[in-house]
Amino acid sequence: MTDTILETRGLTAGYVPDLPILCDVAIRAARGRITVVIGPNGAGKSTLIKAIAGLVPVSAGTVTLEGREITGLRPDRMAAQGIAYVPQTDNIFRTLTIRQNLELALRRAGPGASARLAALLDRFPALAPKLGDKAGTLSGGQRQFLAVAMALAADPRLILMDEPSAGLSPRATREVLEMAQALAAQGVTILLVEQNVKAALGIADHCYILAEGRNQVDGPARALLDDPVVGEIYLGGRRAETA
Amino acid sequence: MQNLVDGILTGSYISLAAIGLTLVMHILRFANFSHAELLSVGAYAALVFDKAFAAVFPIAATKLAPLSLTLALLAAIVVSMAFTGATAILIDRLVFRRVREKGNELSMVFASFGMALVMRNLIALGFGLHSQLYSRDIAFAVILSRDPLILVKPDQVFVLGAALVLMAALHLVLTRTTFGFALRAVAENPALAQVNGVDLGRMIAATWVIAGMLAAAAGVFYGLSYQLIPIMGRDLVLPVFAATIVGGIGSVYGAVLGGFIVGIASNLALLVLPSGYSPAVPFLLILAVLILRPNGLFGEARA
Repeated sequence: MTDTILETRGLTAGYVPDLPILCDVAIRAARGRITVVIGPNGAGKSTLIKAIAGLVPVSAGTVTLEGREITGLRPDRMAAQGIAYVPQTDNIFRTLTIRQNLELALRRAGPGASARLAALLDRFPALAPKLGDKAGTLSGGQRQFLAVAMALAADPRLILMDEPSAGLSPRATREVLEMAQALAAQGVTILLVEQNVKAALGIADHCYILAEGRNQVDGPARALLDDPVVGEIYLGGRRAETA
Repeated sequence: MQNLVDGILTGSYISLAAIGLTLVMHILRFANFSHAELLSVGAYAALVFDKAFAAVFPIAATKLAPLSLTLALLAAIVVSMAFTGATAILIDRLVFRRVREKGNELSMVFASFGMALVMRNLIALGFGLHSQLYSRDIAFAVILSRDPLILVKPDQVFVLGAALVLMAALHLVLTRTTFGFALRAVAENPALAQVNGVDLGRMIAATWVIAGMLAAAAGVFYGLSYQLIPIMGRDLVLPVFAATIVGGIGSVYGAVLGGFIVGIASNLALLVLPSGYSPAVPFLLILAVLILRPNGLFGEARA
């Protein structure tokens, strides 16, 4: 994989000292590509993405962004480094209006904030008529769009997305994943954690499979999708269908 | 009717104090029993600054009739708000932050009990146990209505007006500025606020400053309405907590409404209860709200 933007080496992390959930995890995300991390429940996928974002303490190993070590930086400093994180749930501020959510995310944009807000609304037109509504009134799919819009507000180099399809209808899932594809096509790097394996492998360029907090297999997403052994062991006990 | 008017006036400073307490309780996740002592700090700081300004600028000691206030006291209120905000941050740095980093929420509550006693006794040590007044001039009440008879002192009207102005200013900050959005974001979901680039440490400091400033104003307004005594924090802690709980922890607007409810209920209770029982009213309100609506009027359940 060339032109790596994010790399973890020997990453060991967990919520409680001396009880790591991730052990010696190594991944790389290439610029402008979608890298997906999949695995069974409890594999440590979300912990990996939170450790990269600075939300889970790292006890060993390193995280580098474009060659610069950012291990253990505070989450707000991560944001300043160009890393955006979209959590699986509770990813918007329900008590703020949609406009206030976006303006909060845009507050460091300076004089260009109004133009950036207009550009975000062009990209997510479903949010435009609801700007004055409380974000808590949005549907699940709309919340994901708002969360991604907030992530994009800071003009990130890398977006960490934690199971964006969780709890969404098949249609909303398709829309969210298509949006991720569109972002990658525009040069934004995406590291995606996803339970919907078939859909995730369908849009990803590269895939890592974690189990019990450790690297198991990695390779081009399409190749893993078609690999009967991987499908048997890691992808739900049967070969995943080709998208 | 007089009791209702008195209740509204009482509610104005209880609301101000409750706003600060609800912000601290929601953002820092602990019941700060030393919050009411910040009212004492602000009230006594204003007393000191008032005397200092009047000594340096004698012309500022002239009364602003019909109020008993002087320009020196008005300036002292502003400076004491800043002083109390800084004091609140200092207490956090010296005590609460250290406990927060090593202990749990219960440790914080006990630390706040201890801090309340320390603050109360330091004020008593510095200013004596006797009561003090901002002005020894007799303030005459104005007749608002003869039937029913309603009397209001001009200072009380100033207190209500100033409290409403401060509440409106805070409302504008919270709903019109990105700083206000960030503060509300931290209150709702600190981790998400951080990943959206909000500096949690700065927001915690800002919370203490706002809480301290509003507490100082509330303390001065209490002093203008009654008198300054070192144990005023002890007397006010229950009504302020009752207002916070009635309104719903975390809700600024709930704290405002809760303050007025507690103020009005305490004063209306005087119609049917001997005055000695009036302090029990906030406690009864706390119990009623916890039983009937545990999250308060505007509060939400939180994990």
